[in-house]
Amino acid sequence: MLPGSNGLNALLLVAVVMCALSVVTSQHKARKLYIELQKEKEYAQQMEVEWGQLQLEQSTWAAPARVEKVATQQLRMQLPKNGQVRFVKLNQPVPRPGAAFAHPENGK
Amino acid sequence: MNYAASAHADLTAILPGWRATVLFMLMLAGLTVLLGRGVYLQGIHDDFLQKKGDARYSRVIEVSAHRGMITDRNGEPLAVSTPVESVWASPSDVEADRQQVKKLAQILGMDTNELKGRLLDTSRDFVYLKRQLPPDQVEKVVGLNIPGIMLQREYRRYYPAGEEAAQTLGFTGQDDNGQEGLELALQEQLAGKPGSQRVIKDRRGHIVEDAGSLHLSKPGSDIVLSLDSNVQHLAYRELEYAVKQHKAKSGAVVVLDARSGEVLALANYPGYNPNSRNNASNKSMRNRAITDLFEPGSTMKPFAVATAIETGKVRPNTLINTENGVFTVNNRKIHDQHPAAMMTVSQIIQRSSNVGAAKVALSLKSAVLWQGLSESGFGVQTGSNFPGEATGKLRDPKTWRPIEQATISYGHGISVSLLQLARAYTIFASDGELKPISLLKLDEPVAGKKVFSERTTRALINMLELVTQPGGTAPLAQVSGYRVAGKTGTAHKLEDGRYVNRYVASFVGFAPVSNPRLVVAVMIDEPSNDEYYGGLVAAPVFSKVTGGALHALNVPNDAPLDNVIVPPKDVIKEEV
Repeated sequence: MLPGSNGLNALLLVAVVMCALSVVTSQHKARKLYIELQKEKEYAQQMEVEWGQLQLEQSTWAAPARVEKVATQQLRMQLPKNGQVRFVKLNQPVPRPGAAFAHPENGK
Repeated sequence: MNYAASAHADLTAILPGWRATVLFMLMLAGLTVLLGRGVYLQGIHDDFLQKKGDARYSRVIEVSAHRGMITDRNGEPLAVSTPVESVWASPSDVEADRQQVKKLAQILGMDTNELKGRLLDTSRDFVYLKRQLPPDQVEKVVGLNIPGIMLQREYRRYYPAGEEAAQTLGFTGQDDNGQEGLELALQEQLAGKPGSQRVIKDRRGHIVEDAGSLHLSKPGSDIVLSLDSNVQHLAYRELEYAVKQHKAKSGAVVVLDARSGEVLALANYPGYNPNSRNNASNKSMRNRAITDLFEPGSTMKPFAVATAIETGKVRPNTLINTENGVFTVNNRKIHDQHPAAMMTVSQIIQRSSNVGAAKVALSLKSAVLWQGLSESGFGVQTGSNFPGEATGKLRDPKTWRPIEQATISYGHGISVSLLQLARAYTIFASDGELKPISLLKLDEPVAGKKVFSERTTRALINMLELVTQPGGTAPLAQVSGYRVAGKTGTAHKLEDGRYVNRYVASFVGFAPVSNPRLVVAVMIDEPSNDEYYGGLVAAPVFSKVTGGALHALNVPNDAPLDNVIVPPKDVIKEEV
C-alpha cells in the first residue's frame, strides 16, 4: 500500500456512498413525478370522456326527429304554403309589396 | 516359528481403497453438475431467473386504442365511443371481509355467494366481476377501497341516430370490434392499434413507474360517411309511415347523389335500436336495400328500351304492335294492364306495357340486351364494399330462351338489389355515365363508365318524365316546385317457383329533371291494404322524400310551385 492511499480510499468510499444515496433519491423523485404524470393523464382522459359525452348530448338534442317534434308540436311551425312563397333573384327588381319578406337593401 | 503373528497381520481388516475413491468421485460429479447448472442459470441462460424476478413486480399492460368516431357528411356524430368501467379482481390479491363482500355484491347487483365464488378462485389471475358499469356504480365500488378489486376502462358505442341508420352503421361487440355493417367494413381504420407498456406495480397493484413502452398505441381514425342526417331522417320517417299505412312486410329507400354516386340516405324498415339490441329480431337487422334481392318488375323496362334506342333498333316515336294486350311467346302469355293495339316506344314506358317491352327486347340479339343490362350495373357489385352486399346474377345470354329474353325486359327472371336499381338510374341522371356507389364522403368525383349516349339518355328522360304526369302510371310522384321523372314497378312475387298474388311495389326516379341532383329508389314489400301498385304505394313516398331532400339541400326550383296536377283518385287507379 502506498502512503497516503488510506486517505484516498476513505474519500472514494465516501464518494461511492454519496452516489448510492443520490441514486436512491433520484429514483424516488422519478417515481413521485411519474405518479403526478399519471394523475395529469387521468385528468386528460376525463376531459376526453366529457368531450365524448357532450358530443353525444349535443347530437341527441339536435337530432332531426326531436327538432321536428318540437317545431311542429311545441312551436307550431309549418312549411310555408305555395301561395306564401316568393322567389327573389339577385340583381333584379323586387316584386311589388303584398309579399311578406325583407328587402335585402333595407337591411330589415 | 511365529506363524500366528504374520497370519494375524494378514487378517487386519483393510477396507477396499476403491470405495472411498468412488464415493469421492461421485460427490465431485454431483458438485460439478450443481455448479454447472448454477453457471448455466446465472450466466448463460439467465433470462429464466430474470423473468421470474421481474414477474414479482413488473407487468406488461395493454394500452387500448380509442375507437374512431363515425360522422355523417356534415360532421354530425353517428357512432361515438364513450368510456365505461368494468370491475375485475385478482383473487390472490383480494383482501375483503364478509361485510365488504356483501356490500360489493349489493352495489354490483350480484348474488353474494356467486361473488364469493369468483373471488375465491385463486387459480386465476384475472376475473371479471361486472362489465360496463354506469359511472355512479363505479364510484361506489371505488369508495369501498378493497385491495385486489380494480377497474378496467372499456368503451361502449352509442348511436345518436338510433334506429334510422341502424342497419347501415352496424354495431360492435363487447370487445369493441365491429361485427356488422360499416362498423365491420371499416374496422381497420376505426380500431387503431393497441400499444403495450412495461410498468412496475406496487403491492396494491397501483402503477408506480413506467419502465419503457414497447409499442405506442395508435388511436383509430374518424370516418366521414356520405350520409346526410336530415335526408336519412326524412327517408326513414316516410318509409315507416308508408309500410305501416299499407300494412306491408317491409320496405327500403335509397337516396343517391346523382352526380357522384354517394349515398345520401339508406333506410330500411322494420328497424331496431342499436343502443339496446336485446329485443332486436333478425329480420329487423337486415340491410334490405343492399343485401336482399328481388325481382324488380317494370322498373327494368327503361334499360331494355335504352339499349334498343342506343343500337338504333327503335326511336322514341316508333310504333310497336302491342297485340291488344296479349302476346304469346314459347306458349306463355304476356299480359298488359292497359291493353292497346299500337303504342309508341314512349307510351310503352309511360303506360308500362309488358307486351311492348317484350317486343322491343326480342328485336335485339340476346348478347346485345345482356350487355346493355350488365353495363347498367345489374349482376355486378355496386362498389359500396358493404359486408354481405348482394350482387345477383345475370344469366349467360346463350342460355336465354325467347320467353326469358322477353320477361327480363320487364323485370322478371332477374334479381336485383334496391341499391343496384338506384345506381342504374343514375345513368339517366348524369348524361349516360354509371358511377360506383360510395358510402364514404367523396372529396373528389370518381370517374364512371359511359353506358349510353347523351341522345339516348335524353330520350329516356323525356319518357320517364311522362310517367309522372297525368296519363302516366305515377302522377303521385310529382313534387311541388320541381320537375321529376321515374318509373313504377308492381312485381308479382315468386314462391316455390310460381308467381303468387303478392307484390313488391317500387318506384325509382330522379329530380330535378332540368339538372338532376338526386336519385331516389323506394321499395315496399307486400303491401296488403287494398292498394299494391307502385304508382299508389311507392310513388307518394318518392314524392315526399324527394321534395324534402331537395329543400334540405337547397336545390334551386325548376318549376313553378303550383306545377303539381293530381288527377282524381279513380283516374289514378285506372292509370297504374
